[in-house]
Amino acid sequence: MKFSIERGVLLKAVAQAQSVVERRNTIPILANVLIEAEGSDVLFRATDLDIEVVDKAPAQVERGGATTVNAVTLNEIVRKLPDGALVTLTDDSAAGRLTIDAGRSNFALATLPKEDFPVMASSEYAANFAASAPALRRLFDKTKFAISTEETRYYLNGVYMHVADGDGGKVLRGVATDGHRLARIDTDLPEGAADMAGVIVPRKTVGELRKLLDDDEAQIAVSVSETKVRFATPAITLTSKVIDGTFPDYTRVIPQGNTRRLEVDAAEFAKAVDRVATVSSERSRAVKLSLEEDRLTLSVNAPDSGAAEEELAVAYGDEPLEIGFNAKYLLEIASQVDRENAVFMFNSSGDPTLMREGNDTTAVYVVMPMRV
Amino acid sequence: MPALCRDCLTSFDGPGRCPACGRPRVTRHEELHSLTIAHMDCDAFFASVEKRDNPDLADKPVIVGGGRRGVVSTCCYLARIKGVRSAMPMFQALKLCPDAEVVKPRFDAYVAASKAIRAMMDELTPVVEPLSLDEAFMDLTGTEKLHGAPPAVMLARLTKRMKDELGLTGSIGLSHNKFLAKVASDLDKPRGFSVIGKAETRSFLADKPVRLIWGIGPVAQQSLAKAGIHTFDDLTRWDRRDLHARFGSTGERLWHLARGEDARRVSSHTPVKGLSNETTFGEDTSDPDILDGHIWRMAEKVSSRAKAKDKAGRVVTLKLKRADHSLISKRLSLRHPTQIADTIYRTARDLFDQVNEPGPYRLLGVGISQLAHADSADLEGDLLDPGAEARARAERATDKIRARFGDDAIVKGRALR
Repeated sequence: MKFSIERGVLLKAVAQAQSVVERRNTIPILANVLIEAEGSDVLFRATDLDIEVVDKAPAQVERGGATTVNAVTLNEIVRKLPDGALVTLTDDSAAGRLTIDAGRSNFALATLPKEDFPVMASSEYAANFAASAPALRRLFDKTKFAISTEETRYYLNGVYMHVADGDGGKVLRGVATDGHRLARIDTDLPEGAADMAGVIVPRKTVGELRKLLDDDEAQIAVSVSETKVRFATPAITLTSKVIDGTFPDYTRVIPQGNTRRLEVDAAEFAKAVDRVATVSSERSRAVKLSLEEDRLTLSVNAPDSGAAEEELAVAYGDEPLEIGFNAKYLLEIASQVDRENAVFMFNSSGDPTLMREGNDTTAVYVVMPMRV
Repeated sequence: MPALCRDCLTSFDGPGRCPACGRPRVTRHEELHSLTIAHMDCDAFFASVEKRDNPDLADKPVIVGGGRRGVVSTCCYLARIKGVRSAMPMFQALKLCPDAEVVKPRFDAYVAASKAIRAMMDELTPVVEPLSLDEAFMDLTGTEKLHGAPPAVMLARLTKRMKDELGLTGSIGLSHNKFLAKVASDLDKPRGFSVIGKAETRSFLADKPVRLIWGIGPVAQQSLAKAGIHTFDDLTRWDRRDLHARFGSTGERLWHLARGEDARRVSSHTPVKGLSNETTFGEDTSDPDILDGHIWRMAEKVSSRAKAKDKAGRVVTLKLKRADHSLISKRLSLRHPTQIADTIYRTARDLFDQVNEPGPYRLLGVGISQLAHADSADLEGDLLDPGAEARARAERATDKIRARFGDDAIVKGRALR
């Protein structure tokens, strides 16, 4: 195998590959990226056995072939090469070496045979549809903060992507929760997605997927089966196993009867929460919200470190209420709001609170209060 | 050079016997009256209590121990002369010292004696850090004005009182930090009083073996020996970064200790690191229902201790011992500390469900650690488990009922399994 490729193109492919490979692994081949050159393209394939990413890059292929090298090392080398350089990769299978030449720099890396590389079994996808990059970006960006890291409730370690009944008919919906907060984001149901099985997309896949979604114009080909999900652009294909578990019935969690309505400028609110939380103790970052007519007082009282208080002008017309929240959760939820005011719907100081953006019901957040 | 007679407590300056009582038990040191950190270690504590309570034993070699494990717990100095040591198997001890009197330990008596000594130490300083029943650190900094006598005198008075009033003897180590005080108390046992001053710290340690350091056991000694470290002198030749690179945080500690530096304070309230309860079954079992009952009972015990101490744990641990004595231990971090039995039980139960090793088991334990104050516990409910808050409320009500009518007034059905 021998091919030449522009450094920037190579870096993009190799960077994606090295972020998929598991840093600490006991199986050497899993640290490697499989490089396959044929025709006028080179495929870069990396896997951690749960996720597989294949990146297709244009190159001048002199001699076809395939080999595998350490993904992290290759990435480091390419990263340090000068911008615009033309890089030539040559596989010497007899010596078990891949040489990398760019200008006056040359490197030789040990290779492992391509036959050892685990290629993810292909699978039958029951649903295939196209979704726009911005729609998917919103679905995952606004839910991922609520993904749980708890190992015992592994079925919460991802975003539950499924078809649901929204206000105006069927929608494609993403839900994530860690038991303390929940995010529910709806987007228009793409054509062909109606019969899709609900799947839990793992946290790491969500992170890798994000790199495919930067281009506003891009259409992403999505394929879903009971066990796998695939996202593809013309250049990159990301295939991932989904979490084998049942996502809990989140609809029970979303309060329907909360009547006390608070409307507040989200950015102002977030800044104020951040300020008063400065004095709270590391362990329990509780912020108290005291609501009276058109006035919100945020306060923190941490016996061992200090106290803080801040008042905000808000729209509130219901009975006075005092309720506490974890400052971090409030901040994360408030920072999801980017267009309109944040609307909070409260019941009592012990019940889950709902938050949405204006009257937009396609993005709904729930947060559990804290005793203060 | 300042000197102190440990028999009549006369302070004087100069060589020879005590000018007041003429006896030879004199401690003499340049820094005698300026050092304030002390370690008191009772001499053959359990055996001494036994000899005191049974004068027939006074002149005989006494070994306290036996019981089920059949090892020496403590032995008197007469037995030590024959080579008997703590933790030695009983049969071996009796081979070395066939005429020894073997006495079963009476912990109540030792606890009573220990409390009496503790009360005497509390009169010297508020900063007493007990290490076990028979030894403690004391920080006497700033007490000279209060007592009208320097720490050395007060410490000599303490051991004299222990002997006169309790019939027990102890040895004192006096120095400028905990590490050296503990080393010193062991230099001149029994009835010793040793001083390690700042001036001679380095020269004193130089040729001493590193096993003097508390926590450097046989295994650590081996790994140090591999690095060519046998004595404190060997240690001081090492660069600080090299020690750190090779031994991690232990290396950092060694670097300081090699120079006789120890910044740990004497602390009268050693923080509780964790709470746990365990039970050994009358009969080994792998019946999940029975084990579940035990998990609940242990969780409830841990929870009630946590509530009594105003503590809450962030980590829940489950411990199982299999019939072949192999140990299984699993732990899980919670997002927030808890003291609720229900939460501890559910977490331990989750851990139990992850255990792959088959039973039967002979022991089960549940514990919490990474303790925090109860103030920060159980503040947040769980969206996905709306019943949790109701169960926590039921538990708080149960606690109130028990506080009023006794522990048996109300019991969960599963505790009866």
